[in-house]
Amino acid sequence: MHELAICQEIIIQVNDIAFENQAVSIESITLQVGPLSGVEAPLLKQAFPFAAAETVAEHAVLIIEELPVIVECKQCGFHSTVSVNKLICTQCGDYHTRLVSGDEMLLASVELNREHQDREHQDRENQVDKNKLTEANYV
Amino acid sequence: MCDTCGCNVTSGNQHLIKPGGKLSLANNGATSISVLKNLMSENDHVAVHNREHFDKNNVLAINLMSSPGSGKTALLETTIQQLKEQFRIAVIEGDLETENDAERIRQQGVPAIQITTGSACHLDAHMVHDAVHNLSLKDLDIVFIENVGNLVCPASFDLGQHLNVTLLSVTEGDDKPSKYPVMFRAADLMLLTKTDLLAVLDDFDTSKAEHNLRQLASDAPVIELSSRNGDGLMQWVDWLKQQVALQQDRVINGESLKPAIQKEGAQLHFESSNNSLIQNHSHP
Repeated sequence: MHELAICQEIIIQVNDIAFENQAVSIESITLQVGPLSGVEAPLLKQAFPFAAAETVAEHAVLIIEELPVIVECKQCGFHSTVSVNKLICTQCGDYHTRLVSGDEMLLASVELNREHQDREHQDRENQVDKNKLTEANYV
Repeated sequence: MCDTCGCNVTSGNQHLIKPGGKLSLANNGATSISVLKNLMSENDHVAVHNREHFDKNNVLAINLMSSPGSGKTALLETTIQQLKEQFRIAVIEGDLETENDAERIRQQGVPAIQITTGSACHLDAHMVHDAVHNLSLKDLDIVFIENVGNLVCPASFDLGQHLNVTLLSVTEGDDKPSKYPVMFRAADLMLLTKTDLLAVLDDFDTSKAEHNLRQLASDAPVIELSSRNGDGLMQWVDWLKQQVALQQDRVINGESLKPAIQKEGAQLHFESSNNSLIQNHSHP
């Protein structure tokens, strides 16, 4: 299976996004996967920690939204929610359909943590307070 | 797929680009960014590059996929015998280990590049790119890419080929298209191979195999053939000749062709973003 390779691609992409947005870490990553993409959500979840180790996404939660298989009939225009091996119109039974949902494999969104500047600022203030405290003790 | 024209927008994700902007604050204060990027983009980028190489050199690239042992290499051997006087052919062979298949092809007097994938169960665009650079494309008319024998992963990787040909040998069972929909949906042509064995197999119905392919909304032609006794081979050879001619026409007109499964994908995703039905899909 190639789920690990997909996870490595996810890490490359989210790493770029984190860098562009000056984020320190990634809180969550949301994917959208259709059953006809050929990728299995449980296997992605298993592979993800191996790809994410020691990266900006190390502690990120991987959220996978599984999308339904929907076909549009080219004859009657009806939209049917169908199973992966029966992509036919449920209204008129014709097999001339187009897939409108179900083969996606997308990085949908990323939640970034950009709080490092605030935290550094806070840390510096804490340090100042501590120094003051130390000085006070000496007086 | 690209982020410019909106072809990434599908029924399931269009909510992400609706009013509210690309950046929105999540409950926990973290910044949420919608991306809508295809996770195969790195592979697909190289695949586009490979296809440009093929087109620039007026070469037709065909990806052969099937289970292990369904007769891909045997088919190539007989095909080369039929066509090598008329066309300049080369083969890129994918296997986990050994140079055996490439050697079989070289014995037919055409160049073959063996890619050994180690433990990888499919070829990807990068591997094919490296192989292509070991071929003199300007001296070729057809490049066959014999993928790793596997009915699962190879279907998910665009290699830069123009057409996918999926083989189903009659020893495998006529319900294979139903069991492996991702693979058979990707076929531009389905070949039912080893038909010389049909005489001793009472459980393979070629019309059922075709019916199961149609259930995947596929209009791909089906050819029954035997590389061993030559039945049906001329139909396959004629299909190939026709495809070479079509490729030459496309090159003259500055056009290119992606395998059937990807042909209208971008267009379709764009259209579906305007589709009202999809708005019923629930989102967190």
